[in-house]
Amino acid sequence: MEEDARAVSLLQTTQLTKYFGDTHAVDHVDFTVTEGEVLALIGSNGAGKTTLINLISGLIPVDSGAIVFQGADITRDSIHEKIARGIARSFQLVNLFDQLTTLDNLALAIFSRDGKTRKLFSLSDADRAVRDEAVSVLEQFGLAAKAGMAAGGLSQGERKLLDVAVAYALKPKLLFLDEPTSGVSTREKAPIMDIITQVVRAGGITAVIVEHDMDVVFKYCPRIVAMHQGTILADGTPDEIRNNEQVTANLLGTQHHA
Amino acid sequence: MDTLLIHILNSLLYAAVLFLIAGGLSLIYGVMHIVNLAHGNLYAFGAFVAAWAVGLLVGGATPTPVLYLVLLAGPVAAAALGAVLEPTLLRPLYKRPEEYQLLITFGLLLILEDLMRLIWGPYPLSVSALFEGMGSLTIGESIYPTYNLAVIVVGALAAAGLWAFIYRTQFGVVLRATSQNMRMAQAMGVNVNRVYVQAFTLGCFMAGLGGAIVVPQQGAVLGMGVDALILAFVVVVIGGLGSLEGALVGALMVGVVRELGITFFPEVELAVLYLMAAVVLLIRPAGLFGRA
Amino acid sequence: MSPVPSGIRRPLAAAGPIVLVLAILPWVVEPYQTVLLSYGLVFAIAALGFNLLLGYTGLLSFGHSAYFGVGAYAVAFTVKYLKVGSMELLLLAGILASALVAAIFGLVCVRYTRIFFGILTLALSQVLWSLAFKFFWVTGGTDGLRVPTPTLLGVSMGAGQDKMAFLAHRYYYYVLVVFVAATAVMWVIVHSPFGKALEAIRDNETRAEFVGVQVWHYRWVAFLISGVFTGLAGALWVPLNGLTTPDILHWTFSGEIVFFTVLGGFKTFAGPIVGAVVFNYLKTFAVGYTVYWQMFLGVVLVTLVLALPTGIMGMVARLAQKWSQKWKRTLAP
Repeated sequence: MEEDARAVSLLQTTQLTKYFGDTHAVDHVDFTVTEGEVLALIGSNGAGKTTLINLISGLIPVDSGAIVFQGADITRDSIHEKIARGIARSFQLVNLFDQLTTLDNLALAIFSRDGKTRKLFSLSDADRAVRDEAVSVLEQFGLAAKAGMAAGGLSQGERKLLDVAVAYALKPKLLFLDEPTSGVSTREKAPIMDIITQVVRAGGITAVIVEHDMDVVFKYCPRIVAMHQGTILADGTPDEIRNNEQVTANLLGTQHHA
Repeated sequence: MDTLLIHILNSLLYAAVLFLIAGGLSLIYGVMHIVNLAHGNLYAFGAFVAAWAVGLLVGGATPTPVLYLVLLAGPVAAAALGAVLEPTLLRPLYKRPEEYQLLITFGLLLILEDLMRLIWGPYPLSVSALFEGMGSLTIGESIYPTYNLAVIVVGALAAAGLWAFIYRTQFGVVLRATSQNMRMAQAMGVNVNRVYVQAFTLGCFMAGLGGAIVVPQQGAVLGMGVDALILAFVVVVIGGLGSLEGALVGALMVGVVRELGITFFPEVELAVLYLMAAVVLLIRPAGLFGRA
Repeated sequence: MSPVPSGIRRPLAAAGPIVLVLAILPWVVEPYQTVLLSYGLVFAIAALGFNLLLGYTGLLSFGHSAYFGVGAYAVAFTVKYLKVGSMELLLLAGILASALVAAIFGLVCVRYTRIFFGILTLALSQVLWSLAFKFFWVTGGTDGLRVPTPTLLGVSMGAGQDKMAFLAHRYYYYVLVVFVAATAVMWVIVHSPFGKALEAIRDNETRAEFVGVQVWHYRWVAFLISGVFTGLAGALWVPLNGLTTPDILHWTFSGEIVFFTVLGGFKTFAGPIVGAVVFNYLKTFAVGYTVYWQMFLGVVLVTLVLALPTGIMGMVARLAQKWSQKWKRTLAP
């Protein structure tokens, strides 16, 4: 029986291009993300991974090409509009509200999501619903103990987790995670990725994870997209990628150990 | 037609002095990324020192040419003051958010304002003998003070000299390298601290020179620094913070607008200048020649 | 910034005694002191408004004299040209005028940050100063405009009554009530979700965008509120001063507003209030003590920036933390 198992395409870029001077940071990229999947975006530095995310999330303007999300053309949408549609991202270099507490970092995302940041005359601490939800997210991410600490005082691993948690708190449909374990010690990487993938799966969130650590990639991501010099070099399962000559030549080098 | 010539000369006169002040401000910002709110008071300090130095020496009715050179005491004193201020008050703040520089230089402004009052008293110092000593030229049916022409010439020479200094000397190369990429310059062995104090001193010298050359015409008056600062800001906003060409063009534009303003719409002349700055900030926030 | 106290109980407990002391003040000190404190409270309202932008949104404005001055001149114009004598209406005029100017200036200014924001605010306030200065047939020029004592809640000063006594009693309580109300309102605003959004913008503009906070929009609203508070202060100030002159539109007065906020500590809620009151005493003392009072204040500011950047309240907070740690250590076995 031919069941309609056609996966729902959540995001689709068509010939997406961005130049920085003469360099094609992103060169006519056709990239599709299916609803519910967790995929890794790999590539050496300068391959265009972060630029691709920056284009899709709205941080930088598109030079040419199109981005379609849930059937709607979002190429020229502002950051705010994309957030409203359900696209969120975390950052490679941690971007947090350092002087606010860990709890407040999350609470703010929730207030914003629910349109409550317009409220001037009610106390933020009085909103039980937001506070409880923020605490629950912190628990999911293992940060509950640090709820009252200023975000600037957390350890690097905690900051990376919080960075992801803030994006997650927006309850996005599509979540981009830019190197969620970079700068973190090797033994912390697996626990962080465990938490992230667990949370993502439990929430039914589609996730695109940029990663350099191939152990992490092969372990957690059923689909891998490899970029090189602004284009997609390969797109497949971990086995397919491992056996892809171009990928091994350009990206994997000798650092990967099975 | 001679009134037109006089208007042009007045604009150039104003522009010459403004260029010196604004150019100094821009140079300091370009190299060190500091906005010195007390910069106007260094202009005033130069004016006071120049007037005082000349006052000590002027005896007879006709001033000798040497006396004009004594005016240089102004910029030299301003430069010396700058050389003392940078390492003591500004260097501790480089690592802190730039708002703190605005605060400390505002405090410096208050201190310098009263320091000048303390040293020279509340009344203006004048050296009009130097102004009259040059006589006047006849332009058509009007008379125009020769001194003003001298100021314009000094301004032009200063602009040319500065340009040569920055683009044709070794020191200029180092200055430009540090302003474009401080870390890289440092990595290449440049003593950034020394470059900073030198740049700051040069900027103060320019401001002091502006004060010194304007003193025979206007005298040294308390409060002249604060007034000058705002105009210098208008010039660097228009021309672009950090750009000397911008300071020159901005000074010319402000000079022209001010001259037109004084002649045709004196009530709103100042307002027009500030609005001009606001408009430029809106359309091209980096200024005409600035980099964002 | 210290963690927000949950609920209102703690701040009320701290503020209660202070308000009580302020309330009984006219009965225990001489009129001159009460009037002096009135000035301090008025400047405190201006500082609260200013610090919404600096401490909470991360924007340093060097042009807040514009709103203070607009509030003041709005009162003066309303008295002179509309013949209004009711303080309530005058306050309304001050609020509306400063709201309008802040809305317009805000549209222009909030697209920029840091140095450019500062310079732009400065330039715009100077436009107003130069207009007040030059259009002397409307504004009274450097002579300024005199403003007679208005009616408070419909009750006028009364013929033959001593103005000093009026200011030290009835007007002082009027200012006190407005001050307490303004402080309460600002306290709620900075502890609201909106206030958190502002702090987020201050801490990380990019991330704020990426949690869905439209940065320039929120900055504009903060700018507007800030301007209104400062304008309210200006309006309250005029009857106290009896006169308004272009001086309060000049950028050096903006510098004073920055000064007293930093003096008190811009990273705390109460800092600006403390700073404004202390600065007022400091300046009054300095002006009376020496003709070189500017130098005195300048030295204070320089010392502040170099040695005590978190201001008086910052130092108080640090000391309190040290004492509480010492206390905990002596209590623990």
